[in-house]
Amino acid sequence: MRTAVFRFPFFRHRNAVPDPSTAAAASLSKPAAASSAADQWDEIIRPREHLLRVNFRELWDYRDLLALFVKRDIVTVYKQTILGPLWYFIQPILTTIVFSVVFGGIAGISTDGIPGPLFYLGGITIWNYFSDVFDRTAGTFTNNAAIFGKVYFPRLVVPVSVVISGLIRFFIQMGLFLSVLIWYAATGSPVRPGVWAVLSIWCVAVMAGLGLGLGILFTSLTTKYRDLRFLLTFAVQLLMYASPIIYPMSLLNESRRQMMWWNPVAHVVEWFRFGFTGTGLPSVGGLLYTSLFTAATLFAGIIVFNRTERTFMDTV
Amino acid sequence: MTTVIQFENLSKLYRLGTVGTGTLSHDLNRWWHRIRGKEDPYSVVGQINDRTSGRNSTEADREYVWALKDICLDVQQGEILGIIGRNGAGKSTLLKILSKITAPTRGVIRTRGRIASLLEVGTGFHPELTGRENIYLNGAILGMKRREITEQLDDIADFSGCSRYLDTPVKRYSSGMLVRLGFAVAAHLRCEILIVDEVLAVGDFEFQKACISRMEDIGQEGRTILLVSHNLSTITSLASRCCLLVQGEIAACGSPADVVARYTQLLSEQKAEFHGAIRSAAVRAVDGAGHPQMVPLGGAVRFTVEYETPEEPSAPVIGIGINTLSGERVLSVNSNQNPERLRLGRRGQVHCTIDQLPLPPGRYSATVILNEHGARDIDVVEHAATFEVIDAPFGHDRTGFHAGVCVAHSRWQTDEETIA
Repeated sequence: MRTAVFRFPFFRHRNAVPDPSTAAAASLSKPAAASSAADQWDEIIRPREHLLRVNFRELWDYRDLLALFVKRDIVTVYKQTILGPLWYFIQPILTTIVFSVVFGGIAGISTDGIPGPLFYLGGITIWNYFSDVFDRTAGTFTNNAAIFGKVYFPRLVVPVSVVISGLIRFFIQMGLFLSVLIWYAATGSPVRPGVWAVLSIWCVAVMAGLGLGLGILFTSLTTKYRDLRFLLTFAVQLLMYASPIIYPMSLLNESRRQMMWWNPVAHVVEWFRFGFTGTGLPSVGGLLYTSLFTAATLFAGIIVFNRTERTFMDTV
Repeated sequence: MTTVIQFENLSKLYRLGTVGTGTLSHDLNRWWHRIRGKEDPYSVVGQINDRTSGRNSTEADREYVWALKDICLDVQQGEILGIIGRNGAGKSTLLKILSKITAPTRGVIRTRGRIASLLEVGTGFHPELTGRENIYLNGAILGMKRREITEQLDDIADFSGCSRYLDTPVKRYSSGMLVRLGFAVAAHLRCEILIVDEVLAVGDFEFQKACISRMEDIGQEGRTILLVSHNLSTITSLASRCCLLVQGEIAACGSPADVVARYTQLLSEQKAEFHGAIRSAAVRAVDGAGHPQMVPLGGAVRFTVEYETPEEPSAPVIGIGINTLSGERVLSVNSNQNPERLRLGRRGQVHCTIDQLPLPPGRYSATVILNEHGARDIDVVEHAATFEVIDAPFGHDRTGFHAGVCVAHSRWQTDEETIA
């Protein structure tokens, strides 16, 4: 309808007569030029690419877009809210209060001998980063279908930007955690931050990798099997209760502890808390297992994601 | 002349119907065939892309369809190639594959030079961000570097005509401003090949003129443009070569004037197929002195639809949509406009009269739809009847000047007359 409204009656017509070579090309030509210039093509679009062909160079070329996506995520989240970026603090504080009342107060679950708020805040800070990355990357294809359907750019830019913008949120909450830690240490609480706190950098990297790997694996499968979407919220919640966030690992009996050993998130949380408060049951083997698990997940995730991005518009 | 884009046997298979049901079994079957080194079992049943003729084939055959089939085409540097075809002929699919939004099922595309793809203007605009921030975001999505955008920021702002509002969130922009801003960014893309899909369909008249002239400039700079449009006059005025897609295959390729002529001829030759409940449809001018399918401008037209259903429809609605030859719906009427609901037996004839057809001269085709009120369509027949509106005195006007897509009677007065 809209196109029909205006017929462009007075546009300059191209008075250029098509030159002979164009006219020759007008007949349906077989690809004859291929032999003369076979190697000079900049790009070749094929039905299938090799499974392991992931164009990281292209991802780097789009780093400006990556930066802009990060900025967009940070700037727009709390637009038109009264408290604005304060929400970054309010969320973990409220969660800590709820945990302290319900699990510490009512249920009376031990906090490994350190003050409850510090115990919960430590767990929440590292866990939130993981669940934030996982949750938001798991919606990559479905949430961005409108953009993905119109423009090509390396799709991996979107989940990677989530990892980075989540990191900024993590640092803010980390600041909160450290302030609380310093306050408790200054008032003589039994907390012993140690040199192992350096390992928290590795903990964050592992959480980023695991969240990203699981998230992109999830979103790739969700493009076809939507059922998984309903599983996501449940899975994240389940994983939280299966990790030592609201209770210390030391509370578990031997058999349960062995079961939890296989939960990659558990080791990261224990190491993180151990580094800053000196409590918990960190395991070197566990962290090694978690790192390998993360590497494998990330590898599988990138391959599946890379394959899905080529045709997901047909199924989404 | 060098070839900058080369399509070789490009094909794309689409699955119709509800995606999600049965995909697991199909996937397993496909995977089983692949590990034995056999061909995809579903590409064999894929039919040619024809939405109207699928009725007598079985359900399974209809599920997979070739949206594109063995497209071979070379595009030369500096060409402005127009692509035309009916809705669903595969135009957008072709551009989507070329833009790397979806991968082909078979075949290869080889390209030379940086490609900018403009399937939509303003992709990725975020309502909360300012005009300036959105220029950067949109430009980066289209593949521009931050530095390139900064260099051209003033030009982009000028071209869009939104310079004064650059620091206002775009949610406060009018829709026209948004479109202009989006196109301004796209117009400053540095690329050797530009792919444009119906972008000209949006925006106001002034803006469309700016777009066209911008594309002419681009064409003169020796850059290659691929242009999809429903607007045949845009194609004939802009393109240096034109391709006609019919059911996923290239039916003609050559000078725009020839191909457009071929296309309009093809459109007028379309024949309806009556396989379902609608048995036949006819159209005639009510008081036309001449040929029954020639309706004088502003005259009355009567459609007669003959139908037969297995059981008596409880709340039938018959709709008639009138389309231009290029497939645009210009008018639709339905039996619910009647004071009382239509009552139909198992078979019979229904007449529909439009007293003053507000359509300018030209050829039109009618789509007839029979459905149950609020339920699914019982039957749809495209091109059920075609007719022509011929020029005739309209009101007291004898000039025969009718620019636009519809006509209307008008009364004219001057101040003196109303006072007198």
